[in-house]
Amino acid sequence: MGKEKRIATIDANEATAHVAYRVNEVCAIYPITPSSPMAELCDEWAARGIPNIWGNIPDVVEMQHEGGAAGAVHGSLQAGSLTTTFTASQGLLLMIPNMYKIAGELTPAVFHVAARSIAAQALSIFGDHSDVMACRPTGFAMLASASVQMAHDFALIAQASAMRSRIPFIHFFDGFRTSHEVNKLSMLSDEEIKSMIPDELLWQHRQRALNPEHPFIRGTAQNPDTYFQARETVNSYYLKAPAIVERMMDEFAELTGRRYELFQYHGNPQAERVIILMGSGTETAIETARFLEKEHGEKVGVLQVNLYRPWSATHFLKALPKTVKSLAVLDRTKEPGSLGEPLYQDVVNTIAEEEKAIKVVGGRYGLSSKEFTPAMVKGVFDELKKKTPKNHFTVGINDDVTHTSVDYDPSFSIEPADETRAMFFGLGADGTVGANKNSIKIIGTNTDLYAQGYFVYDSKKSGSQTVSHLRFGPRPIQRPYLIAEGQANFVACHQFNFIRKKDLLKYAAPGATFLLNSPYPADEVWDKLPRRIQEEIIAKQLKFYVIDATKVAIATGMGRRINTIMQTCFFALSGVLPKEEAIQQIKKAIEKTYSKKGKTVVELNFKAVDSTLDNLFEVKVPGKVSSKLEFPAIVPETAPEFVKEVTAAMMRGEGDLLPVSKLPDDGTYPSATTRWEKRDIATFIPVWEPDICIQCGNCSFVCPHSVIRAKFFHKDLLNGAPEGFKNAPVNARGFPETQYTLQIYGEDCTGCGLCVEVCPAKSLKESGKKAINLLLREDDMIEETKKNVAFFEKLPHNDRTRVDAGSVRGAQFLEPLFEFSGACAGCGETPYVRLLTQLFGDRLMVANATGCSSIYGGNQPTTPWSVNKDGRGPAWSNSLFEDNAEFGMGMRVAADKQLAIATRLLKELAPQLGNTLVNEILDAPQRTEGELREQRIRVGVLKSKLLKLSNDKKTPEAVKKQADDLLTVSDQLVRRSVWLIGGDGWAYDIGSSGLDHALASGRNINVLVLDTEVYSNTGGQMSKATPTAATAKFAYAGKRVGKKDLALQAISYGNVYVAQIAMGANPQQTLLAMREAEAYPGPSLILAYSHCIAHGIDMQKGMQQQDLAVASGYWPLLRYNPALRQAGKNPFVLDSPGPRIKLKDYAYNEMRYKILTRTNPEEADRLMALAQELTDLRWKTYEEMAMLGAKDFAPVA
Amino acid sequence: MDLTTKYMGMQLRSPLVVSASPLSEKLDNILQMEDAGAGAVVLFSLFEEQIRQEIAQFEMLATHGADSFAEALNYFPTPVNYRVGIDNYLELLLKAKERTNIPIFGSLNGITSGGWMDYAQSFQEAGADGVELNVFFIPADIEIDGREVEQRYFEILKWVKEAVDIPVAMKLNPYFSATGNMARQLAAKGADALVLFNRFYEPDFDIDQLEIAHSLELSVANEIRLPLQWIGILHGKVDTSLAATSGVQGSTELIKYLLAGADVVMAASCLFRNGIGYIYQMLAELEEWMQAREFNSVDEMRGVMSQANISDPTAYERANYIKILQGYNPV
Repeated sequence: MGKEKRIATIDANEATAHVAYRVNEVCAIYPITPSSPMAELCDEWAARGIPNIWGNIPDVVEMQHEGGAAGAVHGSLQAGSLTTTFTASQGLLLMIPNMYKIAGELTPAVFHVAARSIAAQALSIFGDHSDVMACRPTGFAMLASASVQMAHDFALIAQASAMRSRIPFIHFFDGFRTSHEVNKLSMLSDEEIKSMIPDELLWQHRQRALNPEHPFIRGTAQNPDTYFQARETVNSYYLKAPAIVERMMDEFAELTGRRYELFQYHGNPQAERVIILMGSGTETAIETARFLEKEHGEKVGVLQVNLYRPWSATHFLKALPKTVKSLAVLDRTKEPGSLGEPLYQDVVNTIAEEEKAIKVVGGRYGLSSKEFTPAMVKGVFDELKKKTPKNHFTVGINDDVTHTSVDYDPSFSIEPADETRAMFFGLGADGTVGANKNSIKIIGTNTDLYAQGYFVYDSKKSGSQTVSHLRFGPRPIQRPYLIAEGQANFVACHQFNFIRKKDLLKYAAPGATFLLNSPYPADEVWDKLPRRIQEEIIAKQLKFYVIDATKVAIATGMGRRINTIMQTCFFALSGVLPKEEAIQQIKKAIEKTYSKKGKTVVELNFKAVDSTLDNLFEVKVPGKVSSKLEFPAIVPETAPEFVKEVTAAMMRGEGDLLPVSKLPDDGTYPSATTRWEKRDIATFIPVWEPDICIQCGNCSFVCPHSVIRAKFFHKDLLNGAPEGFKNAPVNARGFPETQYTLQIYGEDCTGCGLCVEVCPAKSLKESGKKAINLLLREDDMIEETKKNVAFFEKLPHNDRTRVDAGSVRGAQFLEPLFEFSGACAGCGETPYVRLLTQLFGDRLMVANATGCSSIYGGNQPTTPWSVNKDGRGPAWSNSLFEDNAEFGMGMRVAADKQLAIATRLLKELAPQLGNTLVNEILDAPQRTEGELREQRIRVGVLKSKLLKLSNDKKTPEAVKKQADDLLTVSDQLVRRSVWLIGGDGWAYDIGSSGLDHALASGRNINVLVLDTEVYSNTGGQMSKATPTAATAKFAYAGKRVGKKDLALQAISYGNVYVAQIAMGANPQQTLLAMREAEAYPGPSLILAYSHCIAHGIDMQKGMQQQDLAVASGYWPLLRYNPALRQAGKNPFVLDSPGPRIKLKDYAYNEMRYKILTRTNPEEADRLMALAQELTDLRWKTYEEMAMLGAKDFAPVA
Repeated sequence: MDLTTKYMGMQLRSPLVVSASPLSEKLDNILQMEDAGAGAVVLFSLFEEQIRQEIAQFEMLATHGADSFAEALNYFPTPVNYRVGIDNYLELLLKAKERTNIPIFGSLNGITSGGWMDYAQSFQEAGADGVELNVFFIPADIEIDGREVEQRYFEILKWVKEAVDIPVAMKLNPYFSATGNMARQLAAKGADALVLFNRFYEPDFDIDQLEIAHSLELSVANEIRLPLQWIGILHGKVDTSLAATSGVQGSTELIKYLLAGADVVMAASCLFRNGIGYIYQMLAELEEWMQAREFNSVDEMRGVMSQANISDPTAYERANYIKILQGYNPV
């Protein structure tokens, strides 16, 4: 075209949003992984004032859920604005009702979807086509992108086609694999975009809009006489649509030189075996087919489906080579119970309707971003060679139950010799991923080389490992799969402890370069390596380099961030660019990235780059293996069989190898598995000083990871204690000869330091020393901890009936049944969750809304939800994000129903069971731990009697049946505690109406809202809990509207127990509120202030921030207890004193507030003044309420 | 009555200058200072170290948890027009210059040569009438000798003088072995003014918690003594402007400093206590005092009590101490 190419190296989310933003006037969205970045980018561009192609700045609105977003899209379209949305998975499902409407009204719009799995037996954030396939009947057209470039291009083709055909489009690409893959692409200019969307199309859209100046109605209700015919009116639009899309693709090719077809065939024109598929998998299939043709002369090809709906049989048949004998249709989705998956059925129908003699088989691949590799493609092609190839097969897994799997040779590879493949193993916080993204941009943007980056994160939010897969080469890189074992030319391990735990070098190709960040110098490091690593280095003749990057970082003022240093090493060693040029490019990139953060930061990074090369050393590799160090066992031998066989495989990163038979059929997994996962991730570990300790329990009360446990025990039990097992006499009266101990589980600790911050006991002689202090982790500390923990666990758990659960001091002795979660270090949510399990864990039912708490609670491979020595513990489940209140209420209804059944049966069986037992069971108060224990004993007796009755041949059949029936519900006779847990995104936004309804039901449910005031799990988007003056994603310029007062809303019902708590301000009030809520026989709502990484704070100071939030009056501590109203007292109690500090003295410790003072100081001042006014007003309201009488509040129904 | 005075080559309408303090963080306050009659305003001190720390902290908090977890690759929107400490400072400086007609000086505490030079240049570019170098340095490293400390002051002055054309004032501490000689050398090396003296924030102990207690106390009247002495000694002996600071509680201290020979007198604590409008009262009282003694101008009264001008110059030296002892009558 003669035009200068605009090159960018970005991911598909950005590539798509770039176009979508330019061709729309409104974006109505709701955050959901992996589509959120598209909306966030649009919001950022709008804030920067970047216009669309018509010179307007699009309005980006965040809604309360995707149903709301779709409604807003629909309304905006009807009112004449070009409108888009970005979504995925459950979000897309919530949009479906509106999608029927939008399509039914022939309204042009494009929904951009980062296609993702649907929650079935489990949630998955990863990519497949389950979500978009659920939209087939809506009437939306569907355009599938396979790569970053296509996502960019198809975003425009979809828009141009929609506006011409009047049919709305789903433009989708594979979540994560494409949405998050960074690749080099040619960018469309605004002129090119504009030439595809002439102004006339926009005007036509506006002319079709609702307008009182020339009114009409749309969206009527039709009757049997006309609905059917009216539904058929759209046929001609769908018949014309494929030709319109084809025309747009032709126009696009004319404009850019990039040619697409509705069905695009790749491979041998005389192919006999063809694979049909869509999405990123096509790239793998195409490359493999080319390889097989070129290297083995195989007559194979791939038919890439670009326009999936409307399905054009004509175009399909035209694209298919006439020579085809067999077809394998691959679907990245599953429809249980169907004859086959959707694409397969479409192909079968098309072939059948044309009466073609072609063998068609269908298979499933790549669900939830399961790797889809050239080896698998070859496996499918080979299957097609068979006389009777497998139909309804799977590829990529081992289905050893229904034997659907197609065999393949995992060692088959088509990676070319002239590409560099590099893998980097980093720690989440060390900047490895950021540096690699930077490297890709440097190479992709400044050289002729092509670059690709894909990043794999683990399932934990603290101490997580990241693996970066980078490819560089002379041709476009179309390899949407990970670098396989034995293929990496460059392997970098950015954290030394990784190399001691796992065989990272299995990925290294022979002769590859291995870079290790090592605290040991080049002449000492060899002896510190495990045997297996030494073997790999020798056998593969790896070039081995070390650098003490942490030391260089500290010396150059970079703190502990090693990203720039390791990036420099990569460029120095990999040879992707000449060293000098590479260094220059790194510095240029540093300048670009950091210049707005100040010269100082730039200088520091420059200094780090310059110092790196002086500290990078090659290791002289000895000729033989000397190490006796083995990788540690992933779980101990004492672990349960399931953990050893299944969980451990996932923990090792070998979950892909688990066959179907090893996995539970219905998503049911054992509790208490984090205890087998000793992650040992802390750099600093708390150490207890018994002599200073006052045994207050604060440290264990706030510990987010349940790694600080307390017990008291008779001193004789110390016999056999390991040397160094710390303990001290109990300092409370009435416990003679009793010792107290505080055990720290060092291997499970994250080193967050919250315990140290809340410790009130200071040494009387040593400045700065407390009863608990963080010390740098040393190997011998861990060894000592292990021995002490083993002994501690043998000490008996304290009798719950002897513990004062009403005091913080006493509650520390209750066993936590939520432990060692993968939440962020210093998490503000998990201490509440842990406390809940300490108080009610052995009779707890939890409905958990999707979000942080469902992820650290239920993300595989392990769960922190635990069991006690009797095998009892919280029964936990996550349904969805939006339905948690209803889900939890359902649990309560079922419990109530079963209790009613049990009660009836008990009464009916009283003659057989004895009136005393029956009455005692039915009249049991079950308020205290003692009463609960007595009830458990009674129910135990009841079960024995029922079994006896059931087994006694003399028992009449009717009675036997009643006994058997009662046995199945008798557990309900021990009072159940049903808790609904979720974040503010759930409670304030997406689940708001459900929560309202559940609270209004009067049922005995308890709601714990872990209020971080932002969508934490998806990366800090604004919710209705976000406070005034704070910035968040979608509240770029600071939140202007006040936070919703959920407490007052609930109080207005009169029969809802409501508490607002903040553990860091008043742990005793937290404890009291939880116990009162549970004891109250109606609905309860607890709003728990949860400091969060998304607040932009030093997490170690989280509890102090909670205290300041309360001190400022921003977060008043309160309890509203309807039971007090019934007793004639004021039910509203304010537990915190009046404000002692100004709001800003609390708020400006947090980045979320402080940002605005740096971006817009005047607005920051204005909003802070507004926020202060709101805080004062709220406090005044509460203060007045606290002075009222019982009758000033709604009566309890 | 002529209250004008000359400071660093500039004609000020009054000798009362508001010294660097948090009061000048807000533009409104600066406008009030002008309204009340201040001769000039020294903006609050910009600490290079603080800026560095702030940038590092922002960087740390903004990237904390980033690229660690697939669902949340970051937690904050990328800020648009993000301004680090210096940007807000410069903007305030710019606005203060736009909205007032009195000289506005920037105050700077650097830790690197680059920092001293770059920030001073930025002050100049933003329109500052001068820069005051707040060399807040405690030689806690006991390997450093006095010469090295002095050298550090000279170097800083040299760097900044090379970097800017606007006048440069050196704010000193009183702990030099030979304060007078130090002042003379600084003047010779181009310091356009000496500001005497800097107040250090000295740590206290919390004996219950065994912790260092930091607290910022407002100055009190008797803190005037040391600067008063050195202004009195230096007046007429060094070829540079002299600014007196510390201990100004009202017109009495203002008058005393002028009598000692200060070209300007700086105040902040008394404005914290009494409000910015107190400047007006102090100047009115100064005029009243001058009128009573028939001084027609500040120039006339300046240095009347300096060592050079008083009848017994030894009163400034050791003899002064002896006289006090002689006059001391234990009860």
